[in-house]
Amino acid sequence: MTDSSPLALEVSHAVKIYGALPNAVKALNDVSIDVANNEFFTLLGPSGCGKTTLLRMIAGFETITEGSIRLFGENIENLPANKRPVNTVFQQYALFPHMTVLQNVAFGLTMLGKSDREANGIATRMLDMVQLGEFSNRKPTQLSGGQQQRVALARALAPSPKLLLLDEPLSALDLKLRHAMRVELKQIQEELGITFIFVTHDQEEALTMSDRIAVMSNGELQQIGTGREIYEEPKNKFVADFIGETNLLTTQVESIQGANAVCVVGNHTPLECASAGGISIGDTGIISIRPERITLTKPGSDATGSNLTGTVKRFIYLGTDTQCMVELDDGTEIHVRVQNAHDSATDFDVGERASIKIDQGAARLLVN
Amino acid sequence: MAKNTTDVRRYPGFFSFTILCLFLLYTPLIIVTIYSFNDSKSITTWGGFSFRWYQDIFYGLEAAKFKTAAWNSISIALMAGITATVIATSAAIGMIRGEPFKGKSLSFGLINLPLMVPEIVSAVATLIFFSAIGFTRGYMSILLAHIVFCIPFAYLPIAARLEGIEKSYEEAAIDLYATRWKAFTKVLMPLMAPGILSGFLLAFIISLDDFIITNFVKGAGVETLPTAIFGSVKQGIKPNIMALSTLMLLVSIFFVSLSYLINKLGERTGDKQS
Repeated sequence: MTDSSPLALEVSHAVKIYGALPNAVKALNDVSIDVANNEFFTLLGPSGCGKTTLLRMIAGFETITEGSIRLFGENIENLPANKRPVNTVFQQYALFPHMTVLQNVAFGLTMLGKSDREANGIATRMLDMVQLGEFSNRKPTQLSGGQQQRVALARALAPSPKLLLLDEPLSALDLKLRHAMRVELKQIQEELGITFIFVTHDQEEALTMSDRIAVMSNGELQQIGTGREIYEEPKNKFVADFIGETNLLTTQVESIQGANAVCVVGNHTPLECASAGGISIGDTGIISIRPERITLTKPGSDATGSNLTGTVKRFIYLGTDTQCMVELDDGTEIHVRVQNAHDSATDFDVGERASIKIDQGAARLLVN
Repeated sequence: MAKNTTDVRRYPGFFSFTILCLFLLYTPLIIVTIYSFNDSKSITTWGGFSFRWYQDIFYGLEAAKFKTAAWNSISIALMAGITATVIATSAAIGMIRGEPFKGKSLSFGLINLPLMVPEIVSAVATLIFFSAIGFTRGYMSILLAHIVFCIPFAYLPIAARLEGIEKSYEEAAIDLYATRWKAFTKVLMPLMAPGILSGFLLAFIISLDDFIITNFVKGAGVETLPTAIFGSVKQGIKPNIMALSTLMLLVSIFFVSLSYLINKLGERTGDKQS
């Protein structure tokens, strides 16, 4: 992110409204994103959150109702899709079934007016890059899902776009292949130095590959940040809940110590929470605590911990971890995750009382 | 095969009912086909096997009439089929790829109207229309009428095919810098081809077979094969009509099978296949 080079993509105040006024649907509401050159940027959100609409708008398949889109400083919102130096990898790949793999990859170059020889030369190199050189004369339907995915990637990259858009490209693959492709996609992006805009509803996928993630919901931007930022410092309840697993406890602010707020949880137990600021005593809010940052100890055995206590309700074995459901004394239920490397969690019996310790800085107060 | 206990083939009477249906459907056709090889002037008594009636069609008394009629039929079917296919393809793209518009279902109804209106009504209406505008009845009036009623037959397979083609193919083409025209000719057309061909063949066959509308709008002197056959039969059924019918049946079977095969082939290329 050097300051001198222009941003790869600037979307400012994008609004998308479908349909006419009485039953108009607002798919995007004032969304602004800036993407730096060479960045792997992910739009993350549940289905219907507007992420695909935004991507299709950048590609040129949807018109923008209000706002502007700039690509390396140039306004592109009025350019038709075939004039934008932007290519897309489609969710179902959309490989042309009547053409060979090579013809598919060369298609964009041919349409740009390159000679067949030049187009085929570049296409062959792209296919070699995705390790499919030997399949160039096959039809796409003769390839496996993973191979088709690579062809789609090669086809979109062949005309050297300034921006590559990927619309949930991994969702049609099985789990093992999906994991392998994540690493490969990231590698290709780093090698080519092309800016990627990646759309997904899978938070794990977003965390693995992205430089930055924009979390969206209901057509609005919730938070933009690195994976660590949105996981550890979620701005609101939606982000905390959507990214990973969390415990959400309603609370009231008791006192303020610097940037931290002291809130009451359970049976009047004070808990120090980090917050984004802008809070005052008496505010109600929600505390988010990640389940892996909570530990259970035998009551009385650990004098340093908080005196939050509860009853162990149930264990769920998850392979690498064990999830433990604990009912606090005021009746709220929280989840605790313990790695199965050490068996402290399973020391407890169901129904046994436990003292609950929350890591320093793990509790986060969300006021909205 | 029929391992499923609820399979329709296990219903009582299934077999005999099937045989009855097949019998009613095909016996007349089979009898006509067999008697077209009859070496007798009678149409009911068998006088041995021969090709004389086939020879009669091409070299007999009515040969000239049949030849002109066949030529009219084939040229009209070809032109009506092609024109109807072009119109139906445009209509399908407009209906399926276009944004929803007011009166979309009405348009769909209009396109398919000839399928729902009794043919005799269409025939009378077309005749009255041509008289009203003072259009001379003859070859051109038959061609125009055929184009109109062939459209829905071409439209249905084309629209069915287009509906199965994901919009993302065209988007991918346009995303890869193709103009709208190139996206149509390089991507959408090849994908639609089986539907278009199948629609054309169907329209062709429907035009070739048509009697009622043709008979109303043809005017004096211009005959197609069906009207020529009808004219001939009015003076008594001769065995040469059976031979001619058998030939037309063969042509029909050929084109319908071709249409079916092309559609099958298209389905396979459209789907995933290992």
